[in-house]
Amino acid sequence: MDPRPAPAGKCVSLFVTCMVDLLYPQTGMSVVNILEYLGLEVDFPMAQTCCGQPAFNGGYRRDARHVAYQFLKAFQDAEVIVAPSGSCAAMVRHEFPVLFAGDPWLAEAERLASITWEFTEFVVDGLGIDDLKLALPHPQTFAFHDSCHGLRMMGVGEQSRRLLGNVENATIVELVEHDECCGFGGLFAVKMADVSGAMLEKKIEHILACPADTIVLGDVSCMTHINGGLARRGTSKRARHIADVLAEALPEGVTYGR
Amino acid sequence: MDVKARDFIPVAQVALSDPALRAAVKRATDTAAQKRLATMFWAGRTHGEALRQQAAQARRRALRDLPALLEQAEAAMTANGIQVLWAADGDEVRRLVLDIAARHEVRRAVKSKSMISEEVALNHALQAHDIDVLETDLGEFIVQLSGETPSHIVTPVIHKSKETIRDLFVRELDMPPTDDAEAMTQFARGHLRRAFLEADMGISGGNFIIAETGALCLVTNEGNGRMVTSLPRVHVALVGIEKVIATVEDYATLTQILPRSSTGQTMTVYTQMIHGPRGADDDGPEHVYVILVDNGRSDIYPTDYAEALACIRCGACLNACPVYEATGGHAYGWVYSGPIGAVITPLLTGLENASPLPHASSLCGLCKEVCPVDIDLPRMLLDLRHDLDEAGHTPPVWKWGIRGWAMVARSPRLFGLAARAAGLGGRFLPPRPPLPPPLNGWTRTRDLPELAPKSFRQLWAERQKAGKRDD
Repeated sequence: MDPRPAPAGKCVSLFVTCMVDLLYPQTGMSVVNILEYLGLEVDFPMAQTCCGQPAFNGGYRRDARHVAYQFLKAFQDAEVIVAPSGSCAAMVRHEFPVLFAGDPWLAEAERLASITWEFTEFVVDGLGIDDLKLALPHPQTFAFHDSCHGLRMMGVGEQSRRLLGNVENATIVELVEHDECCGFGGLFAVKMADVSGAMLEKKIEHILACPADTIVLGDVSCMTHINGGLARRGTSKRARHIADVLAEALPEGVTYGR
Repeated sequence: MDVKARDFIPVAQVALSDPALRAAVKRATDTAAQKRLATMFWAGRTHGEALRQQAAQARRRALRDLPALLEQAEAAMTANGIQVLWAADGDEVRRLVLDIAARHEVRRAVKSKSMISEEVALNHALQAHDIDVLETDLGEFIVQLSGETPSHIVTPVIHKSKETIRDLFVRELDMPPTDDAEAMTQFARGHLRRAFLEADMGISGGNFIIAETGALCLVTNEGNGRMVTSLPRVHVALVGIEKVIATVEDYATLTQILPRSSTGQTMTVYTQMIHGPRGADDDGPEHVYVILVDNGRSDIYPTDYAEALACIRCGACLNACPVYEATGGHAYGWVYSGPIGAVITPLLTGLENASPLPHASSLCGLCKEVCPVDIDLPRMLLDLRHDLDEAGHTPPVWKWGIRGWAMVARSPRLFGLAARAAGLGGRFLPPRPPLPPPLNGWTRTRDLPELAPKSFRQLWAERQKAGKRDD
């Protein structure tokens, strides 16, 4: 990873992502609660909507740019941007400079790209914290699924394993082919629904064979896909966002390090 | 070969509902991928990655200097006694090969594996002129016998089980029935041995041409490549113009990484460096021709897609790709399949003839990770999707759907209203509502998530309000 401005001590602008905003607001609150537990000031710029990734990945760059302009405006005062998603963070970090190439907004897009972090990357690499000093109320067994964009574009995967590995009462087991795509791929899941479905099927088989009841991941898009498949199978196993699992272990009224 | 890439979805559907095919493809690609890992990183991650970067650099240097290297290669090969010919397209390749065949009174030809000969449908042209042509790579031999096309660039019959091959040999060649793979191979070997001895012309591809020495390099495993290039009187090699590399030293790098990435071997069983026809006291062909084939490559060269020409046809991206694993190779509708096929088929045959291919990817990025020459395939797929949209290939339902979504998503006010509406919808809609087309593919195998009663932005606004009251 390229060196980036040290984020410690700065106000965190939460880029909650459109999917978390509309479908999983609790995950956004988990991120806020963890960051506040770490003593950070968190802001949610209300003008944010979406980063434009669905359109960008489909090839519809003009529409993607229209949406991404709004992101640039919403976060123009941000010092540090944190997103609970590897793929949305990767969109800002790696694709904004592509999307805005030759555009008057390129410099601002590049600035925001350089201050954008995926949530676990921010905590572990940015703040240098890999033990949140947390304990789960009951012993639980977890396995990780690595989301493709987080893993291959952001280098994210090890961070969440370290964070959860240091939580008391959390046992981590291996999911077979944990770094293989679940088949989501944005519009791919509807444009090539059956190919995507075959890829999901394989992921579901591995999850059913895994001793963990909870699959932990860092992207709610993959989570939606995997849980859609698990629910259709009638199993009670579920995928959960790392922030939600960690937030479950947050002590009340205590701040980290005090 | 006709381009049928527009039918990706229906052909993939056939493969998806064929458990035997999917099992065969999965077994073969998993094995190759595991062997790749073992041989690429035999001396650790760092060493393997360094070799990969070295190979990427060798290929990029070669592409940068391609015009000069091609001239250097032509001069060096000519000095070695190889007759160098240039072909702009498939028509010219077929005409040149037929001319050579006529000049040397060729009646029978044997071929070792050449993907470029598939591009230009060479076999049909030869057969139309009453020249017998026999594929001698075992996989290609099976493909030819069954009247199919290769479904993988390295292992052409990856989609076939041993049993279907047995039945084919029994039916077409009167093989005594056996389930023993070795016995079946021996049978095919006997059949091929006669053809090698009777052939007037051998046709091969070429993995690399070394510009500084004028050597044609071939890596093979079955020994058929050596037979094809040494037994018949005439040897004709079809080589893409992008296959030229600068030095023997670069060859040393690439010949280490190609078999590791391809079949997971540290070295192929046969490695040939062909410098020319037989000398006075040697064995070998009397005439060696190298046809340097363009067939669309120089159109790619000046574009942002030039990097795709660095491909050394190892097949690692096919073996890694979860889409290829699900669909097999035939869905891609032309010579090249998997991620590299999804990129170069539109580039070589026209975007309009291959419009589904750039979308046949979840953009998981594994193809880039395994590529021995570090081609950014996901980037090119994204760029091709953009090209498709710019060229007006977006169906109206997507065009207006995306436009409508963008209208909402660019306005915080409309987005906020949509969030409220979604929250209300969550309360009043029945659980698991069916999605309308074109989104209904989702609900065939997946449930929808429940809509949250309140969006994050609502929760946040409430929290801020409550916080202010507390102050």
